[in-house]
Amino acid sequence: MAASPTDLSAAFVMTPVPAADWLVVLPPAWCLLAGAVLLMLRKSLRLQALIALPALAVLVVIDGLLLAHVAVNGPVTMVMGRWLPPFGIAFTADLTGVLFALAGAVVAFAGGMHALADIDASGRRYGFYPFLLLLMAGVSGAFLTGDVFNLYVWFEVLLISSFGLITLGSEPRQIDGAIKYAFLNLVATTLFLVTTGYLYGIFGTLNMADIASKAAAGRAELPLMTLATLYLLAFGMKAAAFPVNFWLPASYHTPNIVVSALFAGLLTKVGIYALLRTLVMLFPVEREELSFLIALAGVATMILGALGALGQSDIRRLLGYVVISGIGVMLAGLSLGSPGGIGGAIFYALHSMVVMTALYMAAGLAGRLAGSFDLNRLGGLYTRSALFSALSLVLFFAASGLPPFSGFWPKVMVAKAAIDIGAWWLTAAVFLTGFLTTIALGRVFALAYWRPATQSLPAQTISASALLPLAGLTVLTVVFGLFPEALLSFVQHAEQGLSNPDAYIGSVFPGGK
Amino acid sequence: MNTLIFRTVAPFLTALMALFSIFVLLRGHNEPGGGFIGGLIAVSALAIFGIANGISAVRRALWFHPMAISAFGLFIACLAGLMSAAFGVPFMTGLWVYPVVLGVEIPLSSVMLFDIGVYLVVVGAITSIALALEAGDDT
Repeated sequence: MAASPTDLSAAFVMTPVPAADWLVVLPPAWCLLAGAVLLMLRKSLRLQALIALPALAVLVVIDGLLLAHVAVNGPVTMVMGRWLPPFGIAFTADLTGVLFALAGAVVAFAGGMHALADIDASGRRYGFYPFLLLLMAGVSGAFLTGDVFNLYVWFEVLLISSFGLITLGSEPRQIDGAIKYAFLNLVATTLFLVTTGYLYGIFGTLNMADIASKAAAGRAELPLMTLATLYLLAFGMKAAAFPVNFWLPASYHTPNIVVSALFAGLLTKVGIYALLRTLVMLFPVEREELSFLIALAGVATMILGALGALGQSDIRRLLGYVVISGIGVMLAGLSLGSPGGIGGAIFYALHSMVVMTALYMAAGLAGRLAGSFDLNRLGGLYTRSALFSALSLVLFFAASGLPPFSGFWPKVMVAKAAIDIGAWWLTAAVFLTGFLTTIALGRVFALAYWRPATQSLPAQTISASALLPLAGLTVLTVVFGLFPEALLSFVQHAEQGLSNPDAYIGSVFPGGK
Repeated sequence: MNTLIFRTVAPFLTALMALFSIFVLLRGHNEPGGGFIGGLIAVSALAIFGIANGISAVRRALWFHPMAISAFGLFIACLAGLMSAAFGVPFMTGLWVYPVVLGVEIPLSSVMLFDIGVYLVVVGAITSIALALEAGDDT
């Protein structure tokens, strides 16, 4: 940076960057760094968890600090390589992104801890922890980036890591699941890429703030409806929305249970986040046009997910359908577009990240205690561990949306927002889904927990490292169920930031455009 | 493919290509080339060596596991980006130093460090794949 006669201020950020702004890029950068170190030490099995767990704890702290920073100062932006937006790739953290990133980090930390007991030495040698850190790099990057193409890149990062995680162990059953998962996800990602190419052709920019303001200015003559529809399809596939949800039940029951737990908590929610970002912030008018379609897809996803859960006898497959049914509620919220609807969708997504991860962990423990995942053979879990049964029951109620747990509030928000616009059928669908899910999960509790053991159970105990993360996540759902005000106010502000992105745009272009 | 001519030529060819890959890597700063393409050339060199002398010879010659090489590349590429934190400029801003060694000014930059990281990621990852494929051929 020798003295140069050219005026750099037209292309470069010239003001010194405050240290707090680094929080925006740190989550993905930190995960990449830690993932690289873990990959180098792949052979030192003892060190893997010793490095990975503190690294994930630091990620939680970074995301927590970022949340505090964004809650006080509004959206924060950092551009890569000093280039001014829209040319430099911008990382912009707004409340929605940070809430998702923080929930993701908490889930990953819990998963990493649960893996101590669930992932054996061979799984660690094949790189469970490096893949987990790289997955988190992709997930955090996707939540914090302010650039559509960069979002695609982070999708690829998390997808490749998830391929690694899903084939961990290389059993034929896993390869079968992985092929379905990989193929259908690649189709969705390709569609995302094609759409982004089209978007670049229309706008000549990939920066989300720039797109949002250009779309608002030139709505009349630009083919935005096509873009919005294509994004709806691409991200709907990622989120496992009906009718493109079939990859999820075909693959989520095959990997190690921790991997299923992490996938259920993280991956579909990245799809929901991308839907919120594109349809609510970038193309709100087009979302309004598509709202009936999204609502129909949401209702179908909800009801079919719940019915699918009723029809399964393998707990892991059953939970896969519960994940799908939750996606339907988020889509219903998205289709409404009102503050209650979008806020409900964000709240439900955060709730679902925590609860679905915990449910898969519980299923894993149930399977280990009783030696089977089959509801026809499971039984007697209550006599084995009353504490574990109590935790499971709380999670079942939370996932069904019963009060006083965290699933209740977002469902009420969505149901109320639907009544407000007279869409009684949407409200009815939300309640019917809650009812069906309660039956499906109540059936699990009655058969696997209450029913006396039909066979002699293997002598297994639950280790503390497996129970602790489960208990921690359960406590979270109880706390946010009993005291939802704090999260609710965050969610409302997040929703305002999405629906009215002036602060977001102002953070990317501080001097105005 | 295991002819005498090929086995004799392969080490020289490998050395030449490895050298050329580093040339392409360094040239890439302002002209066509760079870490990615340089890395691919280096992988081709290792693949040729592997076809001629077997994969265990390649693994011995590399010393480190290919995945570890690629992880190290990722690590220094990340560090190259994080270095700018110390100078109050955004992530991944290019930083330059101009040390004079024996009367010659050598411009060094974090950009180059990043490119070397990319080079190592490509070398490690693709070598790993190539060796796995060649190993499948043997058995």
